[in-house]
Amino acid sequence: MWKWLHPYANPEVAYRLTTKLLPWLITLTTLFLGVGLVWALLFAPADYQQGHSFRIFYIHVPAASLSMGIYFAMAIAAFSSLVWQLKLADASAAALAPVGAIFTAIALITGAAWGKPMWGTWWIWDARLTSELILLFLYLGVIALHNAFEDKNLAGKAAGILTLVGVINIPVIKYSVDWWNTLHQGSTVSKLGKPAMSLEMFWPFLVCFIGFSLLVGVIVSLRFRTEILSRNSIRPWVQELVQAQTKAENSK
Amino acid sequence: MNLQNFSLKTEPVSIIVNEKIKSSYRRTFMLVLKRDLTIAMRHRDDIINPLVFFVIVITLFPLGVGPEAQTLSLIAPGIIWVAALLATLLSLDRLFKSDHQDGSLEQMLLSPQPIFIWVLAKICAHWLITGLPLIFIAPLLGVLLHLNEQSYVALMLTLLLGTPVLSLLGAVGVALTVGIKKGGVLLSLLVLPLYIPVLIFATSAINTASIGLPYSGQLAFIAALFFGSLTFAPFAVGAALKVSTN
Repeated sequence: MWKWLHPYANPEVAYRLTTKLLPWLITLTTLFLGVGLVWALLFAPADYQQGHSFRIFYIHVPAASLSMGIYFAMAIAAFSSLVWQLKLADASAAALAPVGAIFTAIALITGAAWGKPMWGTWWIWDARLTSELILLFLYLGVIALHNAFEDKNLAGKAAGILTLVGVINIPVIKYSVDWWNTLHQGSTVSKLGKPAMSLEMFWPFLVCFIGFSLLVGVIVSLRFRTEILSRNSIRPWVQELVQAQTKAENSK
Repeated sequence: MNLQNFSLKTEPVSIIVNEKIKSSYRRTFMLVLKRDLTIAMRHRDDIINPLVFFVIVITLFPLGVGPEAQTLSLIAPGIIWVAALLATLLSLDRLFKSDHQDGSLEQMLLSPQPIFIWVLAKICAHWLITGLPLIFIAPLLGVLLHLNEQSYVALMLTLLLGTPVLSLLGAVGVALTVGIKKGGVLLSLLVLPLYIPVLIFATSAINTASIGLPYSGQLAFIAALFFGSLTFAPFAVGAALKVSTN
């Protein structure tokens, strides 16, 4: 049943697949992000309470939910690399980690930028902000552990174990932080998006969300390709590829 | 027919094997525990230094925040617990490091005994050496910080349930970084985020106790964290040690 998947465990086949997919991904990303951002930032109606500062949510919300999603993707990759010894899963986990950290940082920064006019401060110890900050620490831990090993294979395994420990802990941390927050803050700021989003706001939001997801796809595939090449630099097919490329450049 | 005969023949043998394995599980556990405790007793500094660190960190706070009893008693649970986290973090290094350096860690990994048995014994020894003294010294520091009188039992109970979690989760971090030359700072980056739930529930239990409300719910959460990490951590440590020693 899963036999059709097996060839893709070969680095060369996976590399060629990304070569084929990347142009499509890039065009789709520019299309969705371009349309979505212009629509959301210029044409979508302003919020009746928050005015134009509401528009930062078209970037903030996709970044925040993608930051969680990328961690889970990383955990799945780490799991399959530890259980089935797939080297490519290692490479994809390594490709995902910095992207996830950047998206977490974007979510935090846009959240703070929104909080300044709305709450009057850059930072409050809101449950969601706090768990997002802790998620950033978890990402930084994985990246730091990855960089600490010289051997890429070992680094991947160690970071994989840490990722799995982290993914077990994320619900616990999230829950405990929510619980801590309800205890300490009598008057929490009213929940965002509680008044159900109107359709005029929802459609540009959806387009933006798809656009950002595709953007993650593009960046991760680019990083994934680099990972494959650097890990397989002694293989003949990589050397042939490099030679072909230098020849093409020289003939220009 | 054949099958029955087979099972009849093999049954006594399997029982004997089982007995042997059981006794050797316990023997392995006790052996490693005793060994680690003996080593610790011969290097008493390793036990005392984290404790001294714990006390010094706590004395720094009144100097920084000011000596008002009210402020101090308000922040006392948080300070004591954060200091306990840091003291545990400092002491974690000796869990596997010296064994890794002299090669005995590899010998243990090669031994026929399952990894989680002796890993559990080592973590147990680590807790006896570092976690238990913290519990005894904590009430004294509570006095220094004007901790609310009703909170002492809660403080002791949360430390009793919480410090094993710190040792168990910390062991995963140490196992991952034991092969790295400058693993100390990295270790804190890996382990401290994982300590957050314990900190939250423990300080909340102490605070709840100070206003005279029941805090069994928070204790139950810490106990759940304890049993969860007791179940999963030894396996994660085993996998991590295999990676680190390569």
